[in-house]
Amino acid sequence: MHQRTKGSSARWLLRLVIVGLLGLGVSLGLAPSASAEDLQLTVRVQDEERNAIPDAAVTVEGPDGFSAAGVTDGEGLALVPIPANTTVTVTLDEATVTQPVIEGNVREVQILSRDKTVIFRLGEGGGGGGGSSITLERVLQLLFGGVVLSFIIALASLGLSLIFGTTGLTNFSHGELLTLGAFTALVLNTAGGLNIIIAAPIAIAISAALWGWGQNQLLWKPLRRKGTGLIAAMIVSIGLAITIRYLIVFFFGGAPKSFEQFAGQAPIDLGPIFVTPKELILSGIAIVVLTVTVWWLKVSRLGKATRAVSDNPALASSSGVNVELVISAVWILGAALAAYAGVFLGLTQNVVWTMGQYLLLTFFAAVVLGGLGTIGGAIVGSFVVGITVQLSTLLVPTELKTAAALFLMIILLLIRPQGLLGRRERVG
Amino acid sequence: MDFGFILSQSITQAIGVTAIIYCIAAIGLNVQFGYGGLLNFGQVGFVAIGAYSVGATVVKVGSSLWLGIIIGILLGVALALLLGIPTLRLRADYLAIVTIAASEIIRFASKSIDFLGGAQGVTGPIGADFYALNPFPESLDRIGFGDFSFTRIDMWLVVTGWAIIALITLLTWALMRSPWGRVVKGIREDEDAVRSLGKNTYLFKLQVLILGGVFGSFAGMYSAVAKGAVQPDGFVPDFTFFLYVMLILGGTARVMGPLLGAAIFWFLLVFVEQTLKEGVSSGVISFITTTQIGPIRFILVGIGLMLLMIFRPQGILGDRKELMLDAR
Repeated sequence: MHQRTKGSSARWLLRLVIVGLLGLGVSLGLAPSASAEDLQLTVRVQDEERNAIPDAAVTVEGPDGFSAAGVTDGEGLALVPIPANTTVTVTLDEATVTQPVIEGNVREVQILSRDKTVIFRLGEGGGGGGGSSITLERVLQLLFGGVVLSFIIALASLGLSLIFGTTGLTNFSHGELLTLGAFTALVLNTAGGLNIIIAAPIAIAISAALWGWGQNQLLWKPLRRKGTGLIAAMIVSIGLAITIRYLIVFFFGGAPKSFEQFAGQAPIDLGPIFVTPKELILSGIAIVVLTVTVWWLKVSRLGKATRAVSDNPALASSSGVNVELVISAVWILGAALAAYAGVFLGLTQNVVWTMGQYLLLTFFAAVVLGGLGTIGGAIVGSFVVGITVQLSTLLVPTELKTAAALFLMIILLLIRPQGLLGRRERVG
Repeated sequence: MDFGFILSQSITQAIGVTAIIYCIAAIGLNVQFGYGGLLNFGQVGFVAIGAYSVGATVVKVGSSLWLGIIIGILLGVALALLLGIPTLRLRADYLAIVTIAASEIIRFASKSIDFLGGAQGVTGPIGADFYALNPFPESLDRIGFGDFSFTRIDMWLVVTGWAIIALITLLTWALMRSPWGRVVKGIREDEDAVRSLGKNTYLFKLQVLILGGVFGSFAGMYSAVAKGAVQPDGFVPDFTFFLYVMLILGGTARVMGPLLGAAIFWFLLVFVEQTLKEGVSSGVISFITTTQIGPIRFILVGIGLMLLMIFRPQGILGDRKELMLDAR
């Protein structure tokens, strides 16, 4: 059994999560419709890092002499047909795997009228992640990862915060702006044959125009005219998020993809930590982009108008600010920033339909932590969240790293509801 | 294309186990969001708590299902208190973000706790105590007629499920026409006005959250019993979003809203899926592949939610005037 490198294990983790999500999608609707004869038992064998273990033999035995067998494939999966309404015993042949099986190699599984999945984990046991000792190298490596993640969160949260500030919309489809940006770049890159260095700026421009300005023109502007309430608009944004996500699955499938260039870049040794050149370059661009955006909001006429609308739309409107123009500008800016975040994430990890959805709650956490609707707050909050997410893996299992940031947000809301940089105002 | 089969499959699903799970949880959400105006985006957290309560009690501790149900109710109340006491003072959009975050924390946490089976969850004869009470004779293989039939076990599940739905619907109906219910609806309409009448609105909101949360926990227990398994990745935020779709489709703040919504939702979902499946396999539909059928259903769910919210927020049964909720 060859050992996978760190990067590929992260990719496998992502893939597993996606498989799980797809499985959920299937189990939500499909599952009970299978007839009694063609139920399927899926056995997955994986190690503690969730890498698939191929060539592991499993046998399934049930009452009335039922017996079936399977061998796991490259995805670590073995599919075994089973009868309905029975209890079967699933046994993993320990001779075919190199590591001990956590929680034993025999499982009793009750089968009703639905497909079932059984997961065997291999390894020494003791839960995933969080265990190993805290060294300076590890802290610095995680800190660097946290800062890189913070840039991605900051790029997206700034737009989220601006849109909330000017329109009051709590946009649950903001994560999908990131996903759409990444997929637009992917199409230009793979189908269009453009190098990602050229494809990315074009994708960002398309995102700003179509997914930002277009979305506002076609959906949100008519809704504002109609006088749709903010809660109703929030629920509409959830519908939009679901629609966009599954449209992407429809056209591109659920498997993660990578851009043609820079996919497997070798990390360079920077003393205590390892970094890839692409992370450094993308972070550098992010610093420039964020600085220019904040500077633009502070000094330019439209930027000042944006802040005025955020502060009080009615007053700004009566002072001669063209509120709709400001809102259009904010959507264009928000979509462009999110698209860059999507390309950033796609280059450093993968392009996958759930990429924005997974980060959405961290955007909210960042925006709420910093202070809803404030510009500096969104950026400060992003760094608090991004670094918390990564550093928390020192103390808690990896599964809990996002939970750590969410927990931090809830605690802060209780002590300081207006956020770190927000002004005291009514939030209750 | 065999429309008889498609139709019977869709109807079976509309009254089947999955629809029942969602329906029970949606009734809880109706109490919170529909009557109480609380934007709880973390209902799935209550469902998870209920499912893990019975799952862990039966499989991991080896105790009885009935003890698990009591624990599930108590933990549902506890979660509502834990979530409600600090957050019910927050504005609607904050409440939405905090509740969704809390439900995700529950999911992440349950995945990392070995006692709860980690990412694999809890699998085992969770419902054994319940199935032992099955009154349908073992001689019956399937109950119903033709394609429209359930197995003996499913029939027992479905009958119990709808009995639970009937009970909690009746309870909701009785509560909402009581003086207590009028205060709750009053808080949704104008909290300050109710407060000026000397009512402790905070306490009422907390009670609403507890009631809806315990209903959510029931949904989880039922799901664990029916599936014989509890899997953490079943408790994603999309579960709550689907509840909103059903609730809004049926009619928010209407006693029968969640029932109608859940049944129609599953009917349509299965109908679309089966029709496309039949169409693709018989060659009538050639522009999509079988793997694309799954996403199509969810695309329709998303579009449906948007259109409903924009054009008919009161759903099928609702009263538009009852839905003038607004933040800010």
